[in-house]
Amino acid sequence: MTDTKPTRQPVPDSTEARYPSPQLWDRIEGARRRAGRVRDTVITQAHGGGGKAMRDLIDDVIRSAFDNPNLQIQEDQARFSLAEMALHGDRLAFTTDGYVVSPLFFPGGDIGKLAVNGTINDLAVSGARPLYLSCSLILEEGLPMDTLREILASMGQAARQAGVQIVTGDTKVVPRGAADKIFISTAGIGVIPASQQIAAHQLQPNDAILINGYLGDHGAAILIARGELQLETTIESDCAPLHGLIAALLDAKITPRAMRDLTRGGLAATLNEIAQASNLHIAIDATKIPIRPEVQGFCEILGFDPIHLANEGKLALAVPAEQAQTALAVMRAHPLGQHAAIIGSCRPEPKGIVTLQNGFGGERILAMLVGEQLPRIC
Amino acid sequence: MRYVDEFRDPVTGQQLLQQITHQVRVLGRDAQHPLKIMEVCGGHTHTLFKFGIESMLPEGIEMVHGPGCPVCVLPVGCVDDAIAIATQPNVIFTTYGDTLRVPGSQKSLLQCKAEGADIRTVYSPSDALALARQSPDRDVVFFGIGFETTAPSAALTLLQAHEEGLSNFFLFSTHITIIPTLQALLDDPLLQIDGFIGPGHVTMVIGLEPYLALCETHHKPIVISGFEPLDLLQSLVMLLEQFQTGRCTVENQYKRVVQNSGNRIAQQALEKVFLPRECFEWRGLGSIPNSGLQIRPEYAHLDAEKRFLLPSRSVPDPKACQCGEVLKGAIKPWQCKVFGTACTPETPIGACMVSSEGACAAYYNYGRLATTRTLPQER
Repeated sequence: MTDTKPTRQPVPDSTEARYPSPQLWDRIEGARRRAGRVRDTVITQAHGGGGKAMRDLIDDVIRSAFDNPNLQIQEDQARFSLAEMALHGDRLAFTTDGYVVSPLFFPGGDIGKLAVNGTINDLAVSGARPLYLSCSLILEEGLPMDTLREILASMGQAARQAGVQIVTGDTKVVPRGAADKIFISTAGIGVIPASQQIAAHQLQPNDAILINGYLGDHGAAILIARGELQLETTIESDCAPLHGLIAALLDAKITPRAMRDLTRGGLAATLNEIAQASNLHIAIDATKIPIRPEVQGFCEILGFDPIHLANEGKLALAVPAEQAQTALAVMRAHPLGQHAAIIGSCRPEPKGIVTLQNGFGGERILAMLVGEQLPRIC
Repeated sequence: MRYVDEFRDPVTGQQLLQQITHQVRVLGRDAQHPLKIMEVCGGHTHTLFKFGIESMLPEGIEMVHGPGCPVCVLPVGCVDDAIAIATQPNVIFTTYGDTLRVPGSQKSLLQCKAEGADIRTVYSPSDALALARQSPDRDVVFFGIGFETTAPSAALTLLQAHEEGLSNFFLFSTHITIIPTLQALLDDPLLQIDGFIGPGHVTMVIGLEPYLALCETHHKPIVISGFEPLDLLQSLVMLLEQFQTGRCTVENQYKRVVQNSGNRIAQQALEKVFLPRECFEWRGLGSIPNSGLQIRPEYAHLDAEKRFLLPSRSVPDPKACQCGEVLKGAIKPWQCKVFGTACTPETPIGACMVSSEGACAAYYNYGRLATTRTLPQER
C-alpha cells in the first residue's frame, strides 16, 4: 500500500473537454424550446405557477386541443382583421358565460361542449355569425389530467364542428376545495348582419311564437346524471350550437322580431323576459309544446314542470304571423328543428304577462320561478 | 303519457263540468251564495291552479284552499329547531327539498346551508339512512315533515335504524295528523265551509273510518279525491250529489289507490313509533291539540329532540299575517292586508305564501289572471 503511486488525473487537453461542444448547447436549447410533454396525471399548483409546467400544460394539453392559426401567434391577445369581420355585417356581438356544471360528463354532452355551444348560442340568437371564442379555465388542484384532456378535446371538437375558433384563453389553478374540479368561462365575438334588428322589445301583437323542439332534455339529463334520484332513463342533453338553424331561417328571409335561447329557467323565464321587455301578452297553448314522454314522466315523479327546466340547444323566436308557417317549415327541415312547433302568439293585453292555455281548457299565468325547482314533498 | 293523460282528458272534463254546472243550478247556488268547498290537501290546490280548473267552475262554487300543505304550515319554531340541529358540529342534516325555503325567525335552512351547515336534500328517509351507514362518524338527522303520507316511511326508516343498531341516525319529527286538524277547523266559528274534498294520499294510509265521526257530528260531507283534474271534478260531482240528495257521508273517489281500510302496515308503523303530542303549533292555525306526532320513549336514542339541545320556542306568526283566516275560508288570499305587497313568494311572511302549493303562492303565481279579470276593483 505504501508504494501506491498517486494516479494522475487525466488533464483535459482540449477545449472540447473544458467547454461543452456547440452541439450540446444546441441540444439543450432545442429541448428548452420544444413544447414539453405533460406527464403528470393530475393538475398540481405548479401548473398554474407561470413557469415551465404551466407552459407545457398550455402547449401540450390546451393549445393542441384547440389547434388553429390564431393560437400559433402566441401573443397575449388574439388579433383580428376588422375589414374581414366587416364582410359579415355592421355590428359586433360580444358575450360571456361561465360553466360550472356537475357532473362534468352527462348523457349527451360534457362541460366542454356546453361551454362552446352555450356561448355560440348567446351570440347566434342576435342573428350574429359567431366567429371567435375565448376560453378561461379555473382548475382545481387534483383534477385528473385525462379528465382535462377529454374536456378540452370536446371543446375543440365542438368549436370545429360549429366553425368557430378558440383564439385566446387563460388558465388558473386553485387549491383543492376552492373550486369544484373545473370551471370554464368562455366569451365570444360574432358579427351581426346589417339587416337584423332582433330584440325582445321588437315584439308586435299577433306575432307567432315558435320553439325548435322538445323542452327540458338538458335539465332532466343533468338531474338524473347526478345519480341522487336512482332513476334510469334514456334522456340525453340537447346541447347543440344553434347558429346553423338560425342561419337557415335568416337565409329563408325570415325576420325574427325577438329570439332567445332557452337555458336556465326554461321557456317560462325566457317568455317572461320577452313579455316584460315588450310590455305585451304572450299566450301559449300548452298542448302545442313538444315534450318527450320520458321527460314528462320524470317531471311527474318529482313534481317538476318541464317548462321551467333548462335547455342547451333550444330557442324561442317571435316572427310576424305571415312568416310563421315558412319559419316552421325551415326549422323542421333542419336537424335541430325536426320537432319545432308554433306554440302561441302575442296579444296587446294584459300587458307584460305570459299565459298558458292547457289541454284541459283552463288558463293560468306562467310565472318565473323564484329560485330553482325543488322536488315537492307530496 | 299513459296512466296520466287518461285522467286529464278534456272531453270527459267538459262533460263533468256541465254536470257540475247543472247540479249547482239545481241547488240554487250563485255568485252571491256560493257553495264553499274546501280542498284540504296542497296537492289538490296545485292541480286546481296548474290546470286552471277554478276558472272553469261555475260561479256557484267557491274553492277554499285548506291547510294541507305540510311545508306551508310548518311553524317558525320548528324551522328554528331544525336550524339549531343543522348547525351542530358533526351533523349532516337531511331534508326534503321544498322545506329548504321555509323562513324561520332569523333565516331559512337554505340560508343556513349557504353559511356552511351540511344540509343535504334527500328524496326519501331511506337516503338519509344510507348516508348514516356510510358516515359512521357523523350524526345524520332526517327532518320528518308531513301528514300521514310521509310519516309512515319515516317511522319504518327509524325502525330499520333501530334494528340495525345504528347510533348515528336521528329522526326530527314535525309530523302532523289530519283528523285533529279537521276537527279544529270544524270547531272554529270562523269556518265557512259546506263540504270537503278529502286528501287522497293521507287516506290511502289511514282509511275512511277516521273521518266518519267528524262527518256525522259536523254534518259536512267529505269525498276523498285523487290528484288529477278528472279526479277533482268527479269528486265535486259526488259532493254535489250528496247535497242534492241530502246525504252526508264519507265517500271515496280515489278507489284506484285508496282502500277503505287504508294501509295496515303503515298504520302499524305509525302506531309503533309515534305518540300524539299534547299540542302542536301550526303556522297560520295556531296550536291544535293532538295534531303532532312525537317519537315514543322506546326510541328516544334515535330521537333528534332528545339528542340535541333545542330552543323549542313558540314563535307567533307576524301580526299582519291573515293566513289563519285564509286557511279557514273566511277571506280570499288577495283580501289579506299584506298579500302581494309585504308578503310575496320571494319574501313570504305567512304559511300560505311559503310553498308553491300554499293558497296565496298559488294565487300569486297562477291566479292573478282570474282575480284581475273578475275582480278589477278589489285589486
